[in-house]
Amino acid sequence: MSTAETKAAGSKPGRKAPAGERVADWADGRLGIYSLAKANMRKIFPDHWSFMLGEVCLYSFLIIILTGVYLTLFFHPSMNEVVYHGSYVPLQGQRMSEAFSSTLHISFDVRGGLLIRQIHHWAALIFLAGMFVHMMRVFFTGAFRKPREINWLFGFLLFFLGMFTGFTGYSLPDDLLSGTGVRFVDGAILSVPLIGTYLSMLVFGGEFPGGDFVARFYSVHILLLPGIMLGLVVAHLILVIYHKHTQYPGPGRTEKNVVGMPLLPVYMAKAGGFFFLVFGAIAAIAAIATINPIWEIGPYRPDQVSTGAQPDWYMGFAEGLIRVMPGWEINIWGHTLVLGVFIPLVIFPLVLFAIALWPFLEAWATGDKREHHLLDRPRNAPTRTAFGVAWIAAYFVMLIGGGNDLWATHFHLSLNAITWFVRIGFFVIPVLSFIATRRICMGLQRRDREKVLHGRESGIIKRLPHGEFVEVHEPLTQEQLHTLTAHEQPKPLELEPEVDKNGVARKASMGQKMKVRLSKSMYGEDKFVPKATAEEYQEITSGHGHH
Amino acid sequence: MKKLSARRRHPLAAVVVLLFALAVTGGLYAAFAPAESAKADDTAQSLAIEEGKKLYSVGCASCHGTGAQGTSDGPSLVGVGSAAVDFQVRTGRMPMQQQGAQAPRKKPVYTQAETDQLAAYISSLGAGPAVPSKDQYSPDGGDIAKGGELFRTNCAQCHNFTGKGGALSNGKFAPSLEDVDPKHIYEAMQTGPQNMPSFPDTTMSQKNKKDIIAYLDEVNTSKSESPGGLNLGGLGPVSEGLFGWIFGLGALIALAIWVAARTAKAKKS
Repeated sequence: MSTAETKAAGSKPGRKAPAGERVADWADGRLGIYSLAKANMRKIFPDHWSFMLGEVCLYSFLIIILTGVYLTLFFHPSMNEVVYHGSYVPLQGQRMSEAFSSTLHISFDVRGGLLIRQIHHWAALIFLAGMFVHMMRVFFTGAFRKPREINWLFGFLLFFLGMFTGFTGYSLPDDLLSGTGVRFVDGAILSVPLIGTYLSMLVFGGEFPGGDFVARFYSVHILLLPGIMLGLVVAHLILVIYHKHTQYPGPGRTEKNVVGMPLLPVYMAKAGGFFFLVFGAIAAIAAIATINPIWEIGPYRPDQVSTGAQPDWYMGFAEGLIRVMPGWEINIWGHTLVLGVFIPLVIFPLVLFAIALWPFLEAWATGDKREHHLLDRPRNAPTRTAFGVAWIAAYFVMLIGGGNDLWATHFHLSLNAITWFVRIGFFVIPVLSFIATRRICMGLQRRDREKVLHGRESGIIKRLPHGEFVEVHEPLTQEQLHTLTAHEQPKPLELEPEVDKNGVARKASMGQKMKVRLSKSMYGEDKFVPKATAEEYQEITSGHGHH
Repeated sequence: MKKLSARRRHPLAAVVVLLFALAVTGGLYAAFAPAESAKADDTAQSLAIEEGKKLYSVGCASCHGTGAQGTSDGPSLVGVGSAAVDFQVRTGRMPMQQQGAQAPRKKPVYTQAETDQLAAYISSLGAGPAVPSKDQYSPDGGDIAKGGELFRTNCAQCHNFTGKGGALSNGKFAPSLEDVDPKHIYEAMQTGPQNMPSFPDTTMSQKNKKDIIAYLDEVNTSKSESPGGLNLGGLGPVSEGLFGWIFGLGALIALAIWVAARTAKAKKS
C-alpha cells in the first residue's frame, strides 16, 4: 500500500493534515506501520472466557517483570555474612547473609517494598497456575493439533522454564525454607551416578552451600531464564496471530473462518482493560495475604531445618516424588547409588514431558495431516480427555504426597498411611481416572445423541387420552443441533491388506502394527457412540411425536 | 557448790550426767531437726499428697497402676516430677480420652488446685523436675532474637519455623505452640512429654528456655503481628499455593468470564 496515493485521494490540497495523521505518516515512511496495521488490526478474535487464560499468564508475566525490576534495585545478591541491625526486632543482632538482610530491608525499610515483593511472588504462583490451566484448556479442546504443535511446545517450555525461574527466584533471599530447597536440589544433583559430585561442585562453586549460589541463581533468575521466556512468549504470540485463533464449534463457524471481534478497537480495549483487572486483582491479593514471610522463617544455616518445608506449588510435584519414594540405595565398590533420590529425579521430567508429547502421539495414531481450527468438545475425544485427566490425577496425587505432613496434621491421619496411599495411588488412580473419564465421555456422547434425536427433556408430564403418561421433549434449535453434530468421528487406521492388488505379498512393519493397535484402542468401535445422522433425525422427527 | 563438788565422785554421778546429756541431745533434736518432719504429718503438704493420692486412684490408676509404677497401658510416673504432672494435666492431655498415637491437647479436667495435689502425690514418689516459678518462665527479659535462633536449631524440625506444629510418623505429631501458656512451654522443655525429647537445664540453660519462650511470645500468639497481611496459617508454600489457586486464579477466571460475557454487540438495524 502506498501512502502517497491515499493522501492524494483523501486530503484536499491546501488543508494541512491533522497532527496525528502527520505523525502516523512520518512513522509509516520509516517503519511501514500502515501495512502492518492493515494486516493485523482487523485480526479477529473469538469471544470465550477460556481464551483469556493465556492473557492471564501474559499479564501476570508482565507484572512479574515490572515488580522484579523494582526488587533488583534493592536486593544484594551476596552471601557475605552480616549482622542484622534493621527494624525487625526478632532478628536484630543475628548473623545472616547480605541477601537475606537486603530482603528484610526490602520488606521493612523500603517504601512499598513488602507489597512489591508480595505482588512479585503472588504473581509468580498465579502465572504458573494460569499456565497450567491454559495448557489444560488447549489440551482438552485439541487446540494443539496441526498447525499448532510447535506453539504447544513453546507453551509447555514456558511452563517448564517458569518452574525453574520460580525456583531460582524464591531461593534468592537465602532464608531457611528456600535454603532447605536448595539443599534438596543439591541432594538430587549428588544422586546422579558418576558425575553427581562433580556437578554439585560445579553448581555451588565448591562444597554446599558455599558462597556463590545466590549470585549465580540471581543471574539465572533475572537474566537467563526470563530472557529465554520473554523470547518464547513473543514467539508464542506471533504464532497465535499467524495461525489465527481457534474457535469452538457452532453455526457459521468453519475450519476456514474465525467468528469474533476485531483486534482494534474491541480487543485492544478488552485486553487493555483486562490487564489492569489482572494487575488489580493480584495487587489486592498481595495486599491481603502474606507470602513467604522470610522474617518468620529466619536466615539459612545448613545446621537448621524446619518441618513443613515445602517448595512453591509448582515444585510440589517433585517434592511429592521424593517424599513417597522408598529410600533405596545400592552400595557397590565403595560407591553409593541413591535410587531413593535418583529415580524421582528421572520420573519428574518423564511425567511432565508425557503431556508435552501427546500431540505427536495422537497425530501419529490418527494419521491426520489436516489443519484443525475448530476445537473439540472434550467428550468427543474420549481417549485424549481420559489421558489428560489421568495425567492431572498423577500430578495431583503427587501434590498430596508433597504436602503429606499437612494432610496428616489437618485431617488427623497417619503420615505413613498417606505416604502409602500416594505410593499406590500414583499407579492406580491415573488408571482408574482414565477408565472413568472415558466412560463418562461415552455417556455424554450418548446424551448428546439422545438430545439430538429426541430433544431436551422438559420435565412436563402429559397424560394422553388413552391414559398413558409421557414426558414432553422440546426439540432443539437448528443452532443447537449443528453444535452437537458438527464434529467428525475419526475412524481407526486399518492395516493395509497383506497382499496388494497386484498379488504381491507385503509385510507390515512393527511400527505399523503398533500404530494400528494404538489407533484402534483410541478410536475403535466401542470408543465412540455413533453420532446422530441426518437420516435418523429425519426418520424420528417426521414420524410420530416423541417416541 | 560444796554439795556438788562433794557428790561428783558419787557412784551414780555418771548415770546422772548420762541422763542429762541424753535429755539435752534429745531436747535439742526435738527442738530442731526432727521438728519439721514431726510437724509435717498434719500440714498442707501431707494433706495434698493424701488428696492427690485419692484423685490419682480415681483418675489415673487404671492406666498408670495403683502405685504409679506403670502398666502396659501407661508408663511409670515415679520420678517424672511435678512439672510433668502440671503440664500433662493442665493442658488436658491427661487423663487421656482414649488410647492412641498421642494424647491431644484438650480442655483440662482437673482444676489447678487438684492438679497441684496430683503433682504433690507424684513428686512424693520420687524426685523429678519441679513446676517452674513465674520468673523462670515469664517471657519478660528474654532475648527474642537469640530465642529465634535456638528455636530454629532445636525445635523447628518438628514444630515448624514459628511453632505452628508438624507431623511425625504414624499419626503422631508435634502440636502447634500458638497461645500455649509460657509455663507449659517451659515444663514441656523440662520434661519432654510424649514424643518430645527433654531439654533439662544441663542441655538448655534456664536463660535459653526463657529466650525461646520470649521468641514464641513475639511471633506465635494470636496477638502477634503479621506485617504482610493474613498469614494463611503460617504453614508456608502449601497454604500459599492453595490460596493462590483458589482466590488468585479463581478471581482472575471469574474476571475473565465477566469480561468475555460483556462483548460488543452488533447494532440491530
